[in-house]
Amino acid sequence: MEKKKQGLAIPYIAWTVIFSIVPLIIILVYSFCERTPYGDIVFKFTTENYVKFFQPIYLKVLWRSVVLAVSSTLACLLIGYPMAWIIARAGDRARNFMVMLFVLPLWTNFLLRTYAWMGLLRENGFFNQLLMAIGLIHQPLKMLYTDGAVMVGMVYNFLPFMVLPIYSVLVKMDQGHIDAANDLGADPKQTFLRVILPLSFPGIVSGIIMVFMPALSTFIISDLLGGGQTMMLGNLIQNQFLSARNWQFGSAISSVMIVMVLITTLISGKYRGEGSEMLW
Amino acid sequence: MKRYLLLTLVLVLAAALAGCGGEKLNKLGYYPKLNVYNWSDYIDPEVLKDFEDEYGIKVNYENFATNEEMLAKLKAGGTSYDVLFPSDYMVQALIELGMLQELDFDNLGNFKNVDPMFKNLIFDPENKYSVPYFWGTMGIVYDSIRIPEEITSWRALWDPRYAGKIVMLDSSRDSIGITLKMLGYSANTRDLGELNEAMEELIKQKPLVRSYEIDAFKDMIASGDAIMSLCWSGDAMLLISEHSNLSYSIPKEGTNVWVDCMVVPTTSKHKREAELFIDYMLRPDVNAKCALAVGYSTANTEAIKLLPKEIQENEVAYPKGNVWDKGEIFVDLGEFTIEYDRVWTEIKSR
Repeated sequence: MEKKKQGLAIPYIAWTVIFSIVPLIIILVYSFCERTPYGDIVFKFTTENYVKFFQPIYLKVLWRSVVLAVSSTLACLLIGYPMAWIIARAGDRARNFMVMLFVLPLWTNFLLRTYAWMGLLRENGFFNQLLMAIGLIHQPLKMLYTDGAVMVGMVYNFLPFMVLPIYSVLVKMDQGHIDAANDLGADPKQTFLRVILPLSFPGIVSGIIMVFMPALSTFIISDLLGGGQTMMLGNLIQNQFLSARNWQFGSAISSVMIVMVLITTLISGKYRGEGSEMLW
Repeated sequence: MKRYLLLTLVLVLAAALAGCGGEKLNKLGYYPKLNVYNWSDYIDPEVLKDFEDEYGIKVNYENFATNEEMLAKLKAGGTSYDVLFPSDYMVQALIELGMLQELDFDNLGNFKNVDPMFKNLIFDPENKYSVPYFWGTMGIVYDSIRIPEEITSWRALWDPRYAGKIVMLDSSRDSIGITLKMLGYSANTRDLGELNEAMEELIKQKPLVRSYEIDAFKDMIASGDAIMSLCWSGDAMLLISEHSNLSYSIPKEGTNVWVDCMVVPTTSKHKREAELFIDYMLRPDVNAKCALAVGYSTANTEAIKLLPKEIQENEVAYPKGNVWDKGEIFVDLGEFTIEYDRVWTEIKSR
């Protein structure tokens, strides 16, 4: 029986090794390689690619990306937590319906949804028309091609990844805990801060990681909604592979990013409750 | 029953293997499959069909979006492409990397149709590896109703009166290149001082720029959201044909002229069929059909004669005089490419 069980894991292990571990090793190896003028990989050890990254201009790009990614993650958390709470507390039918509403947009292509935001935010788009119609503004506002637009795009696209993990923790929470807190004289604020919030921590941690990772590496959202005005880490990496013919430097930036995400995961892993479920 | 099943399976497999292994030729004596790798929207699809009908060679047609993407895929191996359509500087890079086969011009009878102006260019000085296909210029496309004066200089893209309505290209070589031309330098400069000067100019321009685009500039100009944009001549042709208020100008400081070519990479095992295809694409009627469908200018003199009069005389597509008075071709910068990328990052992260 034990043997049979182990056999079942083979496809999973093979998948992980071929599609995750080997590519990661390739990235790591490339990042320490030298290059020819045409960008060929020369297998000679160098740390030059990393030294290059820690120059002010690239650190500025890193800083910008981190600030935008952190703010989007926080925004997702602030909007997502109450949403998850509402869904988790709703009746069975309403709950399933609301979860479906969250998942449904994911069936539409991600690019298409981002393009739709361009239509909403442009000068003669929906929001400007609306604000002008009700007389709040007289001149169209510049909404598209700003950092704000990039953030809206990220929050919109990544919100389900925050809501769903928190929801799945909240919905399984034992009502008994809350009743006990009430019986023992805790007011709603105390109940939330000392009982509900700590119990939902694993969901919050999963949510944060699942939003922070794509937010840090996105390049399409900043291209489309930011108008290419802001360079993010994702764009920088993309340029190394597609125009600068510098896969080595691109790999080094990717490795730095992987380390950052790894650190986030390790730190948050410490705060993860015992026996909590991972969603990813 | 089971045995029959096994037998069938073995037979099917054997047949499949035979199909892969042997060089099965068709009735005309050609290998019946050709892998062509071209830019998207850069051919009239009917032409491929006609080629298949005429020679019994099935064309396996794939697209790329940038020269670098093509190079990466070529290096990675996989499909053994027979015909590629790289741009000038990429032809040079491919030659230097030893990835191209010398063409046998005896098999390319229609090469005589190519305008001598486009032969023996800097990227392939003895014209041994490449055959020019389409070409074009870079210029400014603008709304001539909202901009009453004629645009004659790249400086127009720095005009504060049009702040927030100017679109630049999200491509380091192109945007930096025209700035270098504006400053009176070569678009292929390897002088750090000149490059930094161009960087300062582009940083100064940034607050005026609506966005940096690769493709969307066409929609923005068409919808009127933008008033002027950097633009390739072929796109300008298509835009102007649909929107009569638009004009195209090649500034007096000079510009970039590019030439896309047809080449045969060393990965190709079917050079004869590849040359057959290239020669077919050089036929005046075939070439004209593609030029009409795509909107770019063909380097094929005989094909131009078959185009409608108004296109032949259109100065956006076919400017009068020697093209090389108007601009220069991009040269591959080799190691210096990295400096352009650094400058571009510097501009974009302001």
